[in-house]
Amino acid sequence: MLIAGALLSLPLLALFAVLAGGRHSGHSITYAGCFVAAIALLAGGLTYLGGHDASPRLVLPLGLPWLKAHFRIDNLSALFMLMINLGAAAASAFAVGYSRHLPQRRRVTPFYPLFLLAMNLVLMADDAFTFLVSWEFMSLASWLMVVSDHTEEENRRAGNVYLIMAAFGTFCLLPAFGLMAGPGGDFTFDAMRIKDLGLMGGFLVALLAILGAGSKAGLVPLHAWLPLAHPAAPSHVSALMSGVMTKVALYGMIRILLDLHGTLSWHWGAGLMLVGGITAVMGVLYAVLQDDLKTLLAYSTVENIGVAVIGLGLAIAFKGDGQTELAALALVASLYHMANHSVFKTLLFLGAGAVISATGHRSLTVLGGLLKRMPWTGTTFLVGAAAISALPPLNGFVSEWLILQSLFKGPAMPHWAMKFGVPVVAAFLALAAALAATCFVRAYGIAFLGRPRSTDAAQATEVSFGMRLSMVVLAVLCVVLGVIPVTVTDALSHAVQPLTGTQFAVSADLGWPWLSPVSATRGAYSGTILVMFGLALFAITIFAVHRLGTQAIRRADPWDCGHPEDIPQTQYTSQSFAQPLRRAFGHTIFKARETVVMPEPGDDAPATHKVTMFDPIWSGLYAPLGRVIGWIADHVNRLQYLTVRGYLLMMFLTLVFMLLVVAVRQQL
Amino acid sequence: MNQQFSYDIAHLIGATVLMAGFSLLYQRRLFAVLNSFAFQALALAAAAAWQAHVQDAPHLYFTAAIALLFKAIAVPFALHWLVERLGIHRAVETALSIGWTMIVGVALVALSIMLVLPVTAAAAALTRESLALAMSVVLLGMLMMITRRNAVTQVVGFMALENGLILAAVSAKGMPLVVEISIAFSVLVAMTLFGIFFFRIRERFDSLDVAYLESYRGDRS
Repeated sequence: MLIAGALLSLPLLALFAVLAGGRHSGHSITYAGCFVAAIALLAGGLTYLGGHDASPRLVLPLGLPWLKAHFRIDNLSALFMLMINLGAAAASAFAVGYSRHLPQRRRVTPFYPLFLLAMNLVLMADDAFTFLVSWEFMSLASWLMVVSDHTEEENRRAGNVYLIMAAFGTFCLLPAFGLMAGPGGDFTFDAMRIKDLGLMGGFLVALLAILGAGSKAGLVPLHAWLPLAHPAAPSHVSALMSGVMTKVALYGMIRILLDLHGTLSWHWGAGLMLVGGITAVMGVLYAVLQDDLKTLLAYSTVENIGVAVIGLGLAIAFKGDGQTELAALALVASLYHMANHSVFKTLLFLGAGAVISATGHRSLTVLGGLLKRMPWTGTTFLVGAAAISALPPLNGFVSEWLILQSLFKGPAMPHWAMKFGVPVVAAFLALAAALAATCFVRAYGIAFLGRPRSTDAAQATEVSFGMRLSMVVLAVLCVVLGVIPVTVTDALSHAVQPLTGTQFAVSADLGWPWLSPVSATRGAYSGTILVMFGLALFAITIFAVHRLGTQAIRRADPWDCGHPEDIPQTQYTSQSFAQPLRRAFGHTIFKARETVVMPEPGDDAPATHKVTMFDPIWSGLYAPLGRVIGWIADHVNRLQYLTVRGYLLMMFLTLVFMLLVVAVRQQL
Repeated sequence: MNQQFSYDIAHLIGATVLMAGFSLLYQRRLFAVLNSFAFQALALAAAAAWQAHVQDAPHLYFTAAIALLFKAIAVPFALHWLVERLGIHRAVETALSIGWTMIVGVALVALSIMLVLPVTAAAAALTRESLALAMSVVLLGMLMMITRRNAVTQVVGFMALENGLILAAVSAKGMPLVVEISIAFSVLVAMTLFGIFFFRIRERFDSLDVAYLESYRGDRS
């Protein structure tokens, strides 16, 4: 009831936003309404989580006349509803204040509630038709918001690439569901669960599902649209797309691969795990070299999706091998990371939005020193950056640690490919985690620390209360999700049990606060105790410093942090900070070349430093593909200019060819 | 009269229709094409009448009458009159030389026999071979539409194709009359359309060569 009411209110809010036109209050009311609806959906999801296997099914006479729309909220859907509506609530609350600063808000606000509606419907869908329609609706609603600022060439290109990739994803999912439905055409998920796909069908369904959902989630090499489209939208929408919509994509992948498909061999898991590892490393390598704050965050999303997919692939591999307990562990770790990512990535994008609304810039080169001017934004962004860098006791650490722990169990598999492959992926994950830390030290240090690099940054002011509040709530959640890991894994295990067949039980060994996936004696973690210990240590240190240290006052010059000149240019720039990594990794992967252009003797122009890079995936995969399609289109175009006899000839030749095929087949 | 004899006569008439199809392809003069077409329609009428007699299906006499009156008499006379009235160039303009057209035609007949005989192995012998003949006639009609430039010959090719369809229809037992009537009407409609078409082409371009139409297509760059 609550859920239905919230869902119905969303289109009404969209209508209201259209009617409200350009008035500020209308947009604020719409976003406030979205906030309330998201909270209602969050509460609704909570009531379903931990429910029984036989969740109620709802059949509505919607859509095509002979296909009714089926809805069902099981534990997995409920879990993703929590993730999505949490992010949505925070983004909506943020947008109440943020939308004031948006010149193109009239082109954004009406689609925002529809986007929320579509994402929730994808999760609730219990038949392929409803699922795909909602999925496509989600793509289109977000596409409209990506191109809302269509005056910029860059955004138009982002919109084009996004539209093509979204179409590609659906193009893959459509036959996947069609194969699962079979010739009988029973599109309900219940029928698909029972159906045996056979060898070829199973292969195709798995491949198409990974391609279709993977392109939406941003798996390398299908990620190309993501770093273009996510930053192009207004920040609260970027937060939703990056933090939330990618989770819907992963939900689709889990739903098809682990639930509907039924029997997947461990090879798929191994492959997915490797793709996840490559995605994680490539994503963060791209991220660490970006100058645009939002593009950086978008690439970091690619990395985190890779991390979550490593866990998912491992779960599939374990399940395919019959080791259901380990599969449950890997899947819990993966879901945990998805939940965490939706919290901290939403937080970071909202932080980026706050920075943009305060300074008008998103390039790191012109930011700096914002912590002093925007203490709330700065502090919450720091929490998010620490969480995404997997620092204990925050949430990012727990999930990456859990994924690593489950990777360490990989050698328990009997296959040599896995015995050798798993440590490689573990190394990828460790590398990605370390690079992510570098990336966010750089992003945070350049944007928030040091001295302002432009007058806009120097004159920034803290954002409004509502925007601050939503960031603070998310930052607190980052801490909470990290401090009570066992509570979270218990909640996740409800969703995992029907998928892997085994209840996940990690905390059985050592009691409540201890997370010990492997055994009681090695690999145990308790965020709760860590935090209590840390706080105690902090208190003792403060006490010791104040009581035992000297009380005498000394006067001295403050440390000048290595740049005695009081000009911002002497600081590290975003490019110079990334230079070591660019040289170490970028030289081979991105063909990064640095050239110093010296002025002619006698010329008093300054020497310039030039960096050329190129994107191997874009120029190696997308550009040739685009050229091939263009070539084919050019040549097929000639068919439009044939004579009447030419068209008749074509029909005639087609007919004769088909008759020949029939004739030859008869002879065989 | 035994069954074998009725089959032989049916095949003879069917083969005559097919031969008329080849003769259509062979002609170099427009009036000869029209005469060949009239002959083909006559043979078709005979085939329909014979089937009506053999199958004891009186409605096929009606089909035979349509073929005779409409296709063998009315249409050739109308086209004859059109050609004279419009002063159309009387030579057939070929896109593929006559010799090659005949060779391709023979290949098409071989193809349709190869195709139809195995497919209809279970059907009655009468139906099988008549279907093969009918299909050859259809393919030859299409071939004529492609390899001849003049609009009149294209119309004739189209109607030869229809003849093939009707031959197939009368050969299969129990085909309801509705089908033949609809086919005849479609030919009538096509005839009317093409007639209007001729006058329009004639008015505008002083020629019936369809290539002249192409310069009027808007999408041609």
